[in-house]
Amino acid sequence: MTDAPAISVRGLTKRFGDKTVVDGFDLDVARGQIHGFLGPNGSGKTTTIRMLCGLLVPDGGSGTCLGRDILTEAWEIKRRVGYMTQRFSLYEDLTIRENLDFVARLYDLDRRRETVDRALDRLRLAKRSGQLAGTLSGGWKQRLALAACVLHEPELLLLDEPTAGVDPKARREFWDEIHTLAEGGMTVLVSTHYMDEAERCHRIAYLAYGRLLAVGTVAEVIAHSGLSTWHVSGPERRIGTLARDLAARPGVEMVAPFGATLHVSGSQAAALAEAIAPFRAEPDLAWSAAKPSLEDAFIHLMAEAPVPSGAPSR
Amino acid sequence: MRRGPHFAWHRLAAMVVKEFIQMRRDRLTFAMMVGIPIIQLTLFGYAINADPRNLPTAVLSQDNSSFSRAIVTALQTSTYFRVTTVAQDPDLLDRLLARGEVQFAVEIPTGFGRDLMRGDRPALLVMADATDPAATGNAAGALDRIVQSALAPLLDGPLAGLAQGQPPVDLRIQRRYNPEGLTQYNIVPGLMGTILTMTMIIMTALAVTRERERGTMENLLAMPVRPVEVMIGKLTPFILVGGIQVLVILTAATLLFHVPMVGDPLVLAAGLLVFIVANLAVGFLFSTVASNQLQAMQMSFFFFLPSILMSGFMFPFRGMPDWAQTIGEALPLTHFLRVVRGVMLKGNTLVDTWPDIWPMLAFLGAVSVLAVMRYRQTLD
Repeated sequence: MTDAPAISVRGLTKRFGDKTVVDGFDLDVARGQIHGFLGPNGSGKTTTIRMLCGLLVPDGGSGTCLGRDILTEAWEIKRRVGYMTQRFSLYEDLTIRENLDFVARLYDLDRRRETVDRALDRLRLAKRSGQLAGTLSGGWKQRLALAACVLHEPELLLLDEPTAGVDPKARREFWDEIHTLAEGGMTVLVSTHYMDEAERCHRIAYLAYGRLLAVGTVAEVIAHSGLSTWHVSGPERRIGTLARDLAARPGVEMVAPFGATLHVSGSQAAALAEAIAPFRAEPDLAWSAAKPSLEDAFIHLMAEAPVPSGAPSR
Repeated sequence: MRRGPHFAWHRLAAMVVKEFIQMRRDRLTFAMMVGIPIIQLTLFGYAINADPRNLPTAVLSQDNSSFSRAIVTALQTSTYFRVTTVAQDPDLLDRLLARGEVQFAVEIPTGFGRDLMRGDRPALLVMADATDPAATGNAAGALDRIVQSALAPLLDGPLAGLAQGQPPVDLRIQRRYNPEGLTQYNIVPGLMGTILTMTMIIMTALAVTRERERGTMENLLAMPVRPVEVMIGKLTPFILVGGIQVLVILTAATLLFHVPMVGDPLVLAAGLLVFIVANLAVGFLFSTVASNQLQAMQMSFFFFLPSILMSGFMFPFRGMPDWAQTIGEALPLTHFLRVVRGVMLKGNTLVDTWPDIWPMLAFLGAVSVLAVMRYRQTLD
């Protein structure tokens, strides 16, 4: 049973009314991996995570979590999975310790007091244990929520945008903790909008409009996008007009300014080279061939994804 | 002094338009605003009647004279009384009164007609269930006149002399269970029921809805806990709260209002337990339907209003037309009021109260089944 993949689902589908939120989703996550889960808002990430842990019943498809059937063995899955919700969902009118104690009781943990003390120490919450959870700042709430969902030492951790609205230092510490947990053998599926976080994952999956568009390591996903990118820098005034000029040319799919540098991308390397050719001679401009970033790859994937009817158009 | 910006119509218009849009979105509030006046009009206009008539009456006649027949007929035609039982045994009269199956019991003694003709002023015994003085007051007050006018046509010829002076019959009205006609005997035990209805339903409805509104339900559902564990776990503290309320009310009833406690407190406790749990189940059911705490409050109010008006708490139950009584019979408060008044004032036993305990159990069962069916273990 422990050799079963942490997650293995095929054709997972979920509809709300006549809107298909998740459409034929396949995913395999091996044990001990940190798997990033990316996609624009409303792409179905939260819905997929909720189906994995038995909070939503899929309308189609099948699969297993930790070797247990997600359709019939939700109870077993709940016992062995930790789920951290997008919105803080512990009790704001209970103290930190009371919240952890409640969770420990629900899971019927041995040596409850010790377990709670250890969790408080590990997350450096011991001194604040008597504080009401509602009075904590965003970073501390997130830390508490993580402590609560790993209290029963789950084999699989599902994190739904755990670092939204958290400062960079707290974010880094959070990810260090995630890596420590993964080294201990825990599998982690984490959804995020941050590219730097995606790059800290072993593998990533990209979802848009309920469909899985790409899956693999960061390098694989970038390579798979088939994107070519050039960087061009020059005087500020020229860069502004250049962006408009380039965007209008065939073969250029994306032009994104980063300060005084433009990232110019297209999926046909030859067409892109031809498009930028007239500008390469300008003396003020410095051109260099570059590796497309993960963000470039994602925006490209999203632009190419077919917009299904019923999805909000943007 | 610096003056603030001027009042501006366009800003006022912006607020008003926004409020109208929000009001239209909130269907339940809109339904309340239209529904409450309709319910109130229907109840006060058609259902509630402070002068109840057609009160069920049992008659035990041990005399078969034209006088006793005339009295029974007059009771019926007065419209205050409706003879539902003709008894042969005085014990039956007591039982029917105790169980609240009749409001009045009339006993005509043997030799009534003979004694009347002799001018011996025979006794006519009328026993009233006076737990609710408002329900019996008017009918009892009219008795004297009804009996007099029933006998008047028969008192001619040689009997004409009896029509003069003292009434020919010694009418004895016995106000049972509440001889002084004190309204607090009726109101204070009844308050126990209304207070419990209000607090138990609102508390539970809010407690569960709060979990959903604050988002903590998602976390709870993701953990291994069964719906029945959540339900019982949520309700248990409120059973305790209900118990404390009962103790406060009972203490006040005894010490401040001197309401007697004739029956066995254990029988009352049994009725209370069923009643409290039934109300908690209603609250739980509301919480599975309401999407926020305001809606939960509104639903509770929607249930509470007919409960106090149609249960016999505020107005005599028998004063209502049949359709309203049928609705009233479905409410747990109606039955609890009978239990609490029966035990405290009449000394009813568990056997006497059973006819009002099983409807509460049936209500509890039906509501619980609905609530558990509505309760979702997923977020679907």
